[in-house]
Amino acid sequence: MDSLTPEALRELELHANDVRQGIIRSLLAAGSGHSGGSLDMADIFTALYFHLMRHDPKNPELPERDRLLLSCGHIAPVRYAAMAYAGYFPVEELLTLRHFGTRLQGHPERVSLPGLETTSGPLGEGLAQGTGMALAAKIDGADWRVYVVTSDGEHQCGLHWEAMMTAAKFKLDNLTCIVDRNVIQIDGSTEDVMPLEPFADKYRAFNWEVFECDGHDIAAFVDTVERAKRVKGKPQVVIAHTVMGKGVSYMEGDYLWHGKPPKKDEAALALRELGAARELIEAGRR
Amino acid sequence: MSATAEGAAGAMHLVDYTDAAAVAQVPTRNGFGEGLIEAGRRDDAVVAICADLSESTRMEGFKKAFPTRYIEIGVAEQMLVAMAAGLAAAGKVPFIASYAMFNPGRSWEQVRTTMALNQTNVKIAGAHAGVSVGPDGATHQAIEDIAIMRVIPKMTVVVPCDSAQTKQATLALAAHWGPAYLRFARAESAVVTTGATPFELGVAQTFREGGDVAIVACGILVYNALIAADELAKDGIECRVVNNHTIKPMDEPAIVAAARDCGAVVTVEEHQVHGGMGSRVAEILAAQHPAPIEFIGVHDRFGQSGTPQELTEEYGMGVASIAAAVRRALTRKRARNAR
Repeated sequence: MDSLTPEALRELELHANDVRQGIIRSLLAAGSGHSGGSLDMADIFTALYFHLMRHDPKNPELPERDRLLLSCGHIAPVRYAAMAYAGYFPVEELLTLRHFGTRLQGHPERVSLPGLETTSGPLGEGLAQGTGMALAAKIDGADWRVYVVTSDGEHQCGLHWEAMMTAAKFKLDNLTCIVDRNVIQIDGSTEDVMPLEPFADKYRAFNWEVFECDGHDIAAFVDTVERAKRVKGKPQVVIAHTVMGKGVSYMEGDYLWHGKPPKKDEAALALRELGAARELIEAGRR
Repeated sequence: MSATAEGAAGAMHLVDYTDAAAVAQVPTRNGFGEGLIEAGRRDDAVVAICADLSESTRMEGFKKAFPTRYIEIGVAEQMLVAMAAGLAAAGKVPFIASYAMFNPGRSWEQVRTTMALNQTNVKIAGAHAGVSVGPDGATHQAIEDIAIMRVIPKMTVVVPCDSAQTKQATLALAAHWGPAYLRFARAESAVVTTGATPFELGVAQTFREGGDVAIVACGILVYNALIAADELAKDGIECRVVNNHTIKPMDEPAIVAAARDCGAVVTVEEHQVHGGMGSRVAEILAAQHPAPIEFIGVHDRFGQSGTPQELTEEYGMGVASIAAAVRRALTRKRARNAR
């Protein structure tokens, strides 16, 4: 498969920067919401929406579109921002996040905003629904793929493992689970709250093909997903190693930023940092 | 059977339920199995997902007829719902089957989020509902399922009265777009309807005319209600018997008309009296036409092992209990009218 050209990579990095700025602005406007996980999945959502997926922002119901499910619905701001910059709706609408009457509900609601695929928030349910969709595609002989973005913490839910068994039973090689492995959940480290390691081995034991990569290296993530797509007869997991709050120095790796938005001065600092990062990317382009 | 009673029964194309020898005894689950196969013939999009209970939920016929559209996922009832929501989102019409105690008993949040809030076209088939499951005991006797399903917005909840009607209801739900719960039972029970009995979701059926007390029933206890009405008629008490098969959306005009015409109501269901069909009747009447109501059902207890007949009697859902409730309702109505 083709690797990203340096130019294409820089374009994606600029999109990811836009997405992070969109997250900060929308969370500031909302006054509540989840900063850490939203920021740490910005690179991956950018890669999916701007490079990897077959989709049409002007036709969200395109029958042959790839399906992207966000299982951990609380990081909706990253999906909303990526969708807005991809052209699903005006970027200004991000400022309605969590407000009365908005399409951008605190946790994503499929019937509210075209393109969401599922309603999510209650954890551990995304892979189960993605398994159903992937099986439907197999029954119909359709070639679209299913991507399910999950948090690491939600792997503590039993339903997720029911889905893992089922996807392997039906050899759903059109299904890729992407794990935001930031090792952080609300009450602290996943390994303190309820240890997940040996994480990759668990997937292997459930007959999944396992890939791991740096979730902030867009080129590596794209390459990893392209390799996952070539797997036959098995579902695949991409364990993306991430840093919660990535891109905003004072949030990075701090679990206290799981579930709160930046205040005005904090948002201003975050946007200054992201602006500086953007200049560096653009300098690289020139 | 009185002339008025016969008139209603005739219009509904019922069998002569007063002749015990003429009444077939068939489990309502058989009607589900037959209806599912027919639904599969009518629509290629119909798929069946089962949680390791294909024989007892009667999905095995569909499995034989449409092996590529039958999905076995093992003992995983939360998966049953969420996976079906995914299949439905991709255009399938999934029926999902297990015992009602687990489906929807174990999967309530998945039902609420992935089926109802998410508005997916999934049909829950809850088998072995009620205490009439019998010897398996309380762990397997779902008597809270109507309550937990009817409280969810956008759900359709259907409890057909016999095997023939369960087949009709299965076909009606397959053709009706939206999340739904179909409840049926394990034990053999009287078949009072026929293929000619008109059936429409959300439209209650008057199986017997009468003006003294209205018995509003659902599920396999409709038969007991009809027999109780017949016995009461010998004492000059004429009951209207309403087969209230659709719990949600309930046929409010039919309920209000029954209360208005008869002045007192007895509700009959194989379920907790708290939160079930009778509670919905009470909500409607409290708002629109207050009337004395007596509630037949399980009164805040769990089930236990026994035969279906023993348990029906133990929990006060037999013919004599229904007749006694009608007499209490009538007494209350007369006292109210005398004031």
